[in-house]
Amino acid sequence: MLVLQGKSALGSIAIGSLQIYHHKDNSISQEKVEDVEAEIERFHQALREAEDNLKNLYEKAKNVVGEEDAAIFQAQELMLTDPDYVGSVEEFIRTNKNRAEAAVKATALSFENIFAGMEDSYMQARAADVQDVSRQLINVLIAEEEGTGLKGKIILGAKDLTPSETMNLDKNKVLAFVTTKGSLTSHAAILAKTLGIPAVVGVGKEIINAYQGKYTIVDGFTGTVYIDPDEKTIRLMKEKIEKNKVVEAALEEVIGKPSVTKEGKSLQVYANISSPRDLVHALHNDAEGIGLFRSEFLYLERDNYPTEDEQFEAYKAVLSGMRGKKVIIRTLDIGADKQVSYFQMPEESNPALGLRAIRICLARPDIFKPQLRALLRASAYGNLGIMLPMIVSVEEIRRTRSYIDEIKTELATKRIPYNPNVQLGIMVETPAAALISAELAKEVDFFSIGTNDLVQYTMAMDRQDERMEKLVDTHHPAILKLLKMIVDSAHEAGIRCGICGEMGSDLSMLENYIKWGVDEVSVTPGFVLNVRKRIREL
Amino acid sequence: MKSFSYVIKDSVGVHARPAAILVQEAKKYLSEVQIEANGKKANMKGILGLMTLGVKQGMKVTITAAGEDENRAIQGLTECLTKNL
Repeated sequence: MLVLQGKSALGSIAIGSLQIYHHKDNSISQEKVEDVEAEIERFHQALREAEDNLKNLYEKAKNVVGEEDAAIFQAQELMLTDPDYVGSVEEFIRTNKNRAEAAVKATALSFENIFAGMEDSYMQARAADVQDVSRQLINVLIAEEEGTGLKGKIILGAKDLTPSETMNLDKNKVLAFVTTKGSLTSHAAILAKTLGIPAVVGVGKEIINAYQGKYTIVDGFTGTVYIDPDEKTIRLMKEKIEKNKVVEAALEEVIGKPSVTKEGKSLQVYANISSPRDLVHALHNDAEGIGLFRSEFLYLERDNYPTEDEQFEAYKAVLSGMRGKKVIIRTLDIGADKQVSYFQMPEESNPALGLRAIRICLARPDIFKPQLRALLRASAYGNLGIMLPMIVSVEEIRRTRSYIDEIKTELATKRIPYNPNVQLGIMVETPAAALISAELAKEVDFFSIGTNDLVQYTMAMDRQDERMEKLVDTHHPAILKLLKMIVDSAHEAGIRCGICGEMGSDLSMLENYIKWGVDEVSVTPGFVLNVRKRIREL
Repeated sequence: MKSFSYVIKDSVGVHARPAAILVQEAKKYLSEVQIEANGKKANMKGILGLMTLGVKQGMKVTITAAGEDENRAIQGLTECLTKNL
């Protein structure tokens, strides 16, 4: 038995025989052609076919994974029909009397080199797109369809998979795939997750020919791949599949049903998301709203501030996608464990207690105001709640509100649509906010309790520290007392109170939440139905 | 021949999505459309040339159109640039 460990984005198990997949670029003939013009015509015919394939792929991808992730195929189609690209292939055929396949390969190589030589890592990565389109063209030329040669239900093993290869995987044949390279943020992993194909990526070790045809199990829950597993592993995995089937069937049953207890007490279940990309999972799992949309994704993993328009588009996508259901977007929560280099923040001796979240925003209106403006503009497209993180005083809320009022006036003058009644709420996640929650509740339209920080600050235990993780007791009487106090303050002021931290998915706490009258818990999309099921059993 | 200049505001620069939008816009016109930036020139009807210019935030780009519909081309491309980049 060989055990490989990688990363998986989908909790599901697949069993099948391993089929090794190679990119088909090893059979290109180097022979010369006599009739150059006929060869160019042959190239153009293949070009039209490859172009149609990409158009179909774009349409298919748009329906399945949405426009944002599908856009890559549109860009690829333009690469394929690019006059410089086409011109270069024709030139190779004319001057070198190459066959079209060889001319395409030579052209691809020259563009790959240009991209690979560029400074910015985003552009360097585009070399892979040129490679992918050229490969598709070559496949048409040598009249081999991608995905052929796969027999029966199989588990695909490959060094890596391109977006088009992933999109072309036949879900009825390919039960799962395993790749040596790749990360959870690679196109292949994202597309696979959205298509519902279990995939373990980045296992590190090469999947060599010796494993061809071997009985293989992919455990998407743990990201483990077992090639040629022993009897015991097979039995354990089969049991896991059966258990999972029962669980999934029970979860599917609560789709479309209200989150109420047997006595009819309601506790709504919302989803936490980190990017518009997660929306499809929130909808698929029947979330009753978005309780926390972390806006940080717009700021992380890049070299400069996102523009207001960029933010507006992302917020609008989520608001219109949720079709009138509540969407709570948290304003920038950067600092502490989430650092961004271009903010050029000085190093702090204790970042968790330093300049973070709302503190940065109020210190830097040049960052905060564009975000608020983008949020207000997006408010015209759905049911928005703006949520401020790390609040400790009434003053912070009032200052933010004055910015909001200023922007509202400006938008009204310019006749830019926004919702004048857009809700403003706060994340209650500091002991200070909990203790003055009665005063804070009079200033805002809703509360959401951020339990992760509330626990860390109340217990004085660093949540990044593994040793503390073992010691921390989230059911400590101090925590329970604070939680109840916050909920009571909200309800006395007549506003809603939700819980969006990790304790929201603590099934053993649901009874308490219902007793206290918590309005909603917000959990990871994949756990919405688990929580709803438990509530319905109470 | 008509031309205009524009300073890129988008923080990522000319990445795949806006590049695709620009190329599709340029293809609508009969005129020859060139883009110049970073000391290099490229045919704007091709995504590869456009992307390999390596246009980043703060860079000035100059677009030139020559042909019977050059006025319309410049107008359309100006709108498209300001909206997407």
